[in-house]
Amino acid sequence: MKITKDQVEHVAHLARLSLTEEEKVQMTKDMEMILEFADQINEYTFEDVNATAHVIPINNVFRDDEVSPSMDRDVLLKNAPSKENGCYTVPKVVE
Amino acid sequence: MAYKDYEIVIGLEVHSELKTKSKIYCSCTTEFGGDPNTHCCPICTGMPGTLPVLNGMVVEYAIKAGLATNCKIHQFSKQDRKNYFYPDLPKAYQTSQYDLPLCYEGYVDIETNGEEKRIGLTRIHIEEDAGKLIHEANGTFVDYNRCGVPLIEIVTEPDLRSPEEIRVFLSKLRSILLYADVSDCRMNEGSFRCDVNLSVRKKGTTTLGTRTEMKNINSFNFAVKAAEYEAKRQIKLIESGGSVVQETRRWDEAKGVTISMRSKEEAHDYRYFPAPDLMPIVTSDEEIERIGQTIPELPDVRMKRYMEKDGLSLYDSELLVASMKISDYFDQACKQTKNKKVLANIIISEAFSRMNEDEKELGEIPISAENLGKLAHLVDTNVISSSIAKKVFATMWEDDDDPETIVDKEGLKQISDDGALRQMAEEVIAKNDKVVQDYLSGKEAAIQALMGQMMAKTKGKANPKMVIDLLKEILNTKK
Amino acid sequence: MKTVLEMANQLKNKEVSSLELVESYINRIHDVEQHVNAFLHMDEEAIKAQAKAIDQRRTRGEDLSALAGIPISIKDNICTKDIRTTCASKMLENFVPPYNATVINKIQAKDMILFGKLNMDEFAMGSSTENSAFKITRNPWNLDHVPGGSSGGSAAAVAAMMTPLALGSDTGGSIRQPASYCGVVGLKPTYGRVSRFGLVAFASSLDQIGPLGQNVEDVALAMNVIGGHDTMDSTSAPVEAPDYTGKLKESLKGKRIGLPLEFFGDGINAEVKEAVLAAAKEYEKLGAIVEEVRFDLSNLSLPAYYLISSAEASSNLARYDGIKYGYRTPEFENLLDLYQKTRDEAFGKEVKRRIMLGTYALSSGYYDAYYKKAQQVRTLIKQEFDQLFEKYDVLLTPTGPTTAFKVGAKTDNPVEMYLTDICTVPINIAGVPAISINCGYDQNGLPIGLQLIGKAFDEQTILNFAYQYEQHANVDKRTVTIG
Repeated sequence: MKITKDQVEHVAHLARLSLTEEEKVQMTKDMEMILEFADQINEYTFEDVNATAHVIPINNVFRDDEVSPSMDRDVLLKNAPSKENGCYTVPKVVE
Repeated sequence: MAYKDYEIVIGLEVHSELKTKSKIYCSCTTEFGGDPNTHCCPICTGMPGTLPVLNGMVVEYAIKAGLATNCKIHQFSKQDRKNYFYPDLPKAYQTSQYDLPLCYEGYVDIETNGEEKRIGLTRIHIEEDAGKLIHEANGTFVDYNRCGVPLIEIVTEPDLRSPEEIRVFLSKLRSILLYADVSDCRMNEGSFRCDVNLSVRKKGTTTLGTRTEMKNINSFNFAVKAAEYEAKRQIKLIESGGSVVQETRRWDEAKGVTISMRSKEEAHDYRYFPAPDLMPIVTSDEEIERIGQTIPELPDVRMKRYMEKDGLSLYDSELLVASMKISDYFDQACKQTKNKKVLANIIISEAFSRMNEDEKELGEIPISAENLGKLAHLVDTNVISSSIAKKVFATMWEDDDDPETIVDKEGLKQISDDGALRQMAEEVIAKNDKVVQDYLSGKEAAIQALMGQMMAKTKGKANPKMVIDLLKEILNTKK
Repeated sequence: MKTVLEMANQLKNKEVSSLELVESYINRIHDVEQHVNAFLHMDEEAIKAQAKAIDQRRTRGEDLSALAGIPISIKDNICTKDIRTTCASKMLENFVPPYNATVINKIQAKDMILFGKLNMDEFAMGSSTENSAFKITRNPWNLDHVPGGSSGGSAAAVAAMMTPLALGSDTGGSIRQPASYCGVVGLKPTYGRVSRFGLVAFASSLDQIGPLGQNVEDVALAMNVIGGHDTMDSTSAPVEAPDYTGKLKESLKGKRIGLPLEFFGDGINAEVKEAVLAAAKEYEKLGAIVEEVRFDLSNLSLPAYYLISSAEASSNLARYDGIKYGYRTPEFENLLDLYQKTRDEAFGKEVKRRIMLGTYALSSGYYDAYYKKAQQVRTLIKQEFDQLFEKYDVLLTPTGPTTAFKVGAKTDNPVEMYLTDICTVPINIAGVPAISINCGYDQNGLPIGLQLIGKAFDEQTILNFAYQYEQHANVDKRTVTIG
């Protein structure tokens, strides 16, 4: 399965990964190799076979609509790389 | 402008927050407001290793909303991940529903231009809300309080044909959701949001034009204005040889225009796939039946009943069903009187304005339904006049007493004794020569002055109809 | 080497104190850890304090749980409250979770001693622990060789006798393969048997936490602690957990073992094949009936696995964006820059590869060809196992095609690395349980592992088979010497 540089760049953008030119070349090779390997699946067609998303047949796993105390904000934000006034901060976003 | 040659085609996506106590996947509160990030936990902020567990009430409310809007229910349903990066989305995916929404193929009937029209609902599905971004000059601040609040997304077919229909539809939908008691629908608090998809086409054609999407409109008025502007903009564009670009636009209220949000935005590839951490939702026929039973009589049905059975006008019926509390109140009060019109009138002219004045929520009447019903009965049976009823009503608003007691205590019974009234009328006529002359010389309105005096003399208790008839009778003898 | 039960009895009878016990392990760590490098984090003072507290309670006459005072070390992708949990990634180098994984709560409820955090492949992606951002763990049997992965630290620590028990996680073989490379016992429970709450997600529909130990009974005891339904995990099975030591000693007479031919094919190293087939003979001596069976879809399970796991991983790892926790790139111009640089700088090569593959497999136009197809293969693999288990109690295969390879041998070719999972991956896809135990050594002295696969929620049977082999079979038992 041939992958183009454009495709690699597109996928990298979807995944928010910035690859260097060198990385792009290597990634293209790697992905081609992996996809060739994965393509074995495409030699078969599976009509009338359901796709299994969950191996255990459980349904309706619900919790009750009960409120429990939220986490203390200081504890919650302890791991935040950048915070101010009780909020996480990011570069200004234009909407 | 060739406006009239074009047909406007509108579809809506409405997001309504469900009024569960706790969030969709964790037990943090859904309460509105609060200091930033004080309604959060590791689960709703997407910390590593945390897992979601679905709030069962969310499913119930969503199905309820579906049944209230005539939807079919997918008895096997699942949740899917919608993947994209944005700071208000802590897990970088929103758990939503893709191909098996809980509800589908429903409708809401609206009245437009005196005709009934059916607006199709493509689907209703559950999803989690994102957080809030607060934009300041020096950066953007992220508050995850709203993250994980449960939403239903209601998507309509592109069946709306005018900006005004948006208002009518949203009103109706909101009313239904309020009756079903699944959402507070407060647009100003963000618990009821609307995206407008709009395109135009030459009248008579059947293919849809390219549409634009206007997002996150938070008032009915803005929705209408935005649609009006956008329709004109698209028509103008087409007429001048251009073509509409499919894009997202936002409504700028200050400038009165829609503005493209495109800039560097590209079409999202959400890479939907079934949420592996959440199990399927299977709803039995019995469950659907049970949930259906919890839906009260909806506004349309009540309105029909008011108009057909109780003889109320369309206008009055609409007012009564504006709030389920009022309508329930009315139905309760009806038990005390045969005259529904009088009762409706008291509620609409007296209670509504009083509630307004006191800034009370529609439905918070401090008079028991039983007592108000009795008041209507007293008017209906001519025990008191309608103007006296206003006085009694005011007293009842302060102290919720049995109106009969008040009438007795304050001696407010209507005076309908012919003898007493006649005597009084003669006295008034005798004392008001000029007015009498005015009346006799053709100024019919002059009788009101005499009427006024009679009412003053009787402290408003005289039976107005009798008074007018008596005055006329006596005056006629003086001609 | 004492078993956990022996140690527990010594503690109970006050022949040894908890403090003495942990100190003996700490001393061992001081001796050999410099060669093995299994641990990422160990707070000796905190551990000794824990041990002292338990001793005090015992002195006071308090009735403590049977395993009180027994150390258990934890793979570093399992969240431990207030203790750094890094997943061996720069991305979480300084992440200190304010919550415990459910299994940690269970361990603490039994007063076991949380004995350090263990090295792994970054975000559990890898088969050698060479993908750790921090250090390379070495195989105690030969320090030039890898311990396997991704729970390499867990297997090596147990093999080097630096801890009696360890927890690992297994998504495509990450407990069993390192267990086999290091000659220890490693169990991957049925999917849903052990709570995933607090396990940093790699592939949500495949991940399971499981125990590693020196012997089968120890592993069964650990299962008793960590197994069971959890309301915090929607995928947790509402199936009651039995006493996993309950059936260890059952006779194997008349029980049926299936030997899937496809797992003994050309890709499997000759010595490994020989050792596992010899083990099959031992089972026959124990009275079991061994039969060859077919497992037709084995060739599709690896591609299906890589597609499903990468797709889920690409979504699970999207949350690492420099905003809420973890690494944040120091210089950036705008939001996009923040995202891209943070993720580029803090994710290793293999993680990026999987994210790219997974994103591609889910992307518009490719979903049906890759992800959906893989899920269809999954259905078929599960069906195949179901059919086999109607006739057989367990299936017996090698744990992997080879013994531990040399450090650096496979790092250039990702697909070659993926092929080391060929025997373990079908088990994760179907969600059934499997255990790896030692069945010999190759001519270089490296351990060979055999794998017993059981039907869903039937860990007791594979533990039974494993135990009987361990106790009665003619197996070469060696002690590791390090350094």
